[in-house]
Amino acid sequence: MQRYSAPLLLVIAGALLVYGAKAEWLSLYVLSVLMFMGVNVILATSLNLVNGSMGEFSCGHAGFMCVGAYTASILGVLLFSGHKSFGEAWLPAELAVWGFPLLILAGGVTAALAGLAVAIPSYRTRGDYLAIITLAANYIILSVVENLDIIGGSRGFMGMKKIVNGMEETLEVPWLPLWVFVFTVFTVWLLRRYLSSTYGKGVMAICQDEVAAEIMSVNTDRIKTVTFMLSSGLAGIAGGLFAFILGYVNPGSFNILKSTEVLVMVYLGGMGSLSGAVLAAIFFTLLLESFRFVIPWLNTLVHQLSLVPESYEVSQVWKWVLIPLLLIIVMQFRPEGIMGNRELGDLFPKLKRFYRFK
Amino acid sequence: MTKTQPETTTAPVLEITGLTRQFGGLRAVADFHERLAPNELVGLIGPNGAGKTTVFNLVSGFYQPSSGAIKVNGVDTKGLKPHRITALGVARTFQNIRLWNELTVLDNIRVARHGKLGYGFFHAVTRSRTYHEREHEIEREARELLEVFQLDRHADELPKNLPYGTQRRLEIARALAGKPKLLLLDEPAAGLNSVDIQELIRLVRWIHTHFDVTIWMIEHHMDVMMELCQRIKVIDFGETIAAGTPEEIRNHPAVISAYLGDDKI
Ligand SMILES: Nc1ncnc2c1ncn2[C@@H]1O[C@H](COP(=O)(O)OP(=O)(O)OP(=O)(O)O)[C@@H](O)[C@H]1O
Ligand SMILES: [Mg+2]
Repeated sequence: MQRYSAPLLLVIAGALLVYGAKAEWLSLYVLSVLMFMGVNVILATSLNLVNGSMGEFSCGHAGFMCVGAYTASILGVLLFSGHKSFGEAWLPAELAVWGFPLLILAGGVTAALAGLAVAIPSYRTRGDYLAIITLAANYIILSVVENLDIIGGSRGFMGMKKIVNGMEETLEVPWLPLWVFVFTVFTVWLLRRYLSSTYGKGVMAICQDEVAAEIMSVNTDRIKTVTFMLSSGLAGIAGGLFAFILGYVNPGSFNILKSTEVLVMVYLGGMGSLSGAVLAAIFFTLLLESFRFVIPWLNTLVHQLSLVPESYEVSQVWKWVLIPLLLIIVMQFRPEGIMGNRELGDLFPKLKRFYRFK
Repeated sequence: MTKTQPETTTAPVLEITGLTRQFGGLRAVADFHERLAPNELVGLIGPNGAGKTTVFNLVSGFYQPSSGAIKVNGVDTKGLKPHRITALGVARTFQNIRLWNELTVLDNIRVARHGKLGYGFFHAVTRSRTYHEREHEIEREARELLEVFQLDRHADELPKNLPYGTQRRLEIARALAGKPKLLLLDEPAAGLNSVDIQELIRLVRWIHTHFDVTIWMIEHHMDVMMELCQRIKVIDFGETIAAGTPEEIRNHPAVISAYLGDDKI
């Protein structure tokens, strides 16, 4: 019972998702919100691994997301749909159904390698320096993409919609929501396994006392590298999914604001709490979505009151105000986040009798 | 190993020659020598700031020597990262307890097995057979160790919630988790009351007879050192000023003047 309840529940949820999408009682809008929720869960839990569990401060998560997004997109277009700069597709479009998860994984692997490149110079530095290095990495990645004209530069890169449509033509299944669901579950499950092993507990040991960890035989450089690569790899997976959900990518989607969004989710959930990060990501997605309804109304209001110039559009700036503000509010009033560093199972010990998710 | 070498049983566990460590203009440790044979129980004493902890920090690789050499089981530790030195068989406790306070007591012991884990990332996330076998054994040994140290009933508690004396005991247990050949104890009696100190003396003696381990300890409580150590070395301002049996050290004029202050100055 305890052993099978979680997988069973997930299978039911997955089936409901597929059925709901096919029967169209989940509208396209609801599906897209659910998918962004999944992407946010992946982003929040993976950043939480570094910032919460390991106690380092990485703040360029969107950079790795960008690497994953572009890798999966370019590879997908190259293989399955063809592109004006790359020519014909290399493989028949029907194969995309099988190739899709591999595209996303390829994005994850490339992002993990980018993570490795960032992790190595950070060995000698501590604390705030990792923040600066990751911030710099975020900017470097964006400028590289912006200056590569072959993939569209700052205008962005397109062609992924065609692949998704192709997949659904080949086999009539809501592929994208399904894969987002699978990768989200995969991420949480992977992190859970990692952190509950003695090997992964080295991550927490580093967070609590790095000197003691190193002297008590933990290879701290190795653990930091593995952890950082895992974190950025998962961000890459989120990026790949994000690109296919939107159907196009441009460097602007992966700027420092996106990184801040992920930070807010992590701090909202509670440092080092995996279930906290999941809950915060869900909550945050819904919050931002609900603001979408309020903003047009707010826009009319400020214009009618002549508080801002005519040309000013609230919708373009509200995120820049709201998200950092949210971060400040969380820090001020609940610095330990929703969950602190505890898990659901610690708060409700009785729950542990009913599920096991490792 | 060739036959011409001295018997492995008498080969030193630790051999320090001409060890010096400079902090700016301060010579914290100067031309220090030590040779620890297997199963010895040796003391290192000296007034505050004499350089005792610095010696331990050099041995465990936390600091690099300015000059001199340290060999653990015949291996020169120059340039090795601390976890590599630990893997050679050195374990230690800290003057100010350094447990992982948000990991359970059991996990503190388990993580200290990192050097001999026998599996890595992929085994951990795929939960391979190797993973299960190794984790099973690590947990069993960790629980055994906790039982031996009478910590088993605290297995699921956090160290920060334990009494001070119990934390000290846990730190020693954690140091032994990796089955070291050499155990460095930095002021294990600091902050303990007299009852706990008597218990500590029994514990150290018990470890010394039941674990195949050489013990080198720093301690300010002279009665602890007199009772436990086979021989003691005294340092002051980084320099070795005396060495001998506890009896010799107790009556050594240089030691008395170092501790009580020199009248001539
Ligand atoms: N990292 C460091 N940088 C500068 N000076 C240091 C450093 N570590 C130790 N020292 C200095 O080296 C000297 C020896 O310090 P050490 O901690 O080894 O003394 P100790 O013998 O352990 O003293 P106590 O009995 O108080 O623990 C002290 O003067 C100390 O200030
Ligand atoms: Mg000291």
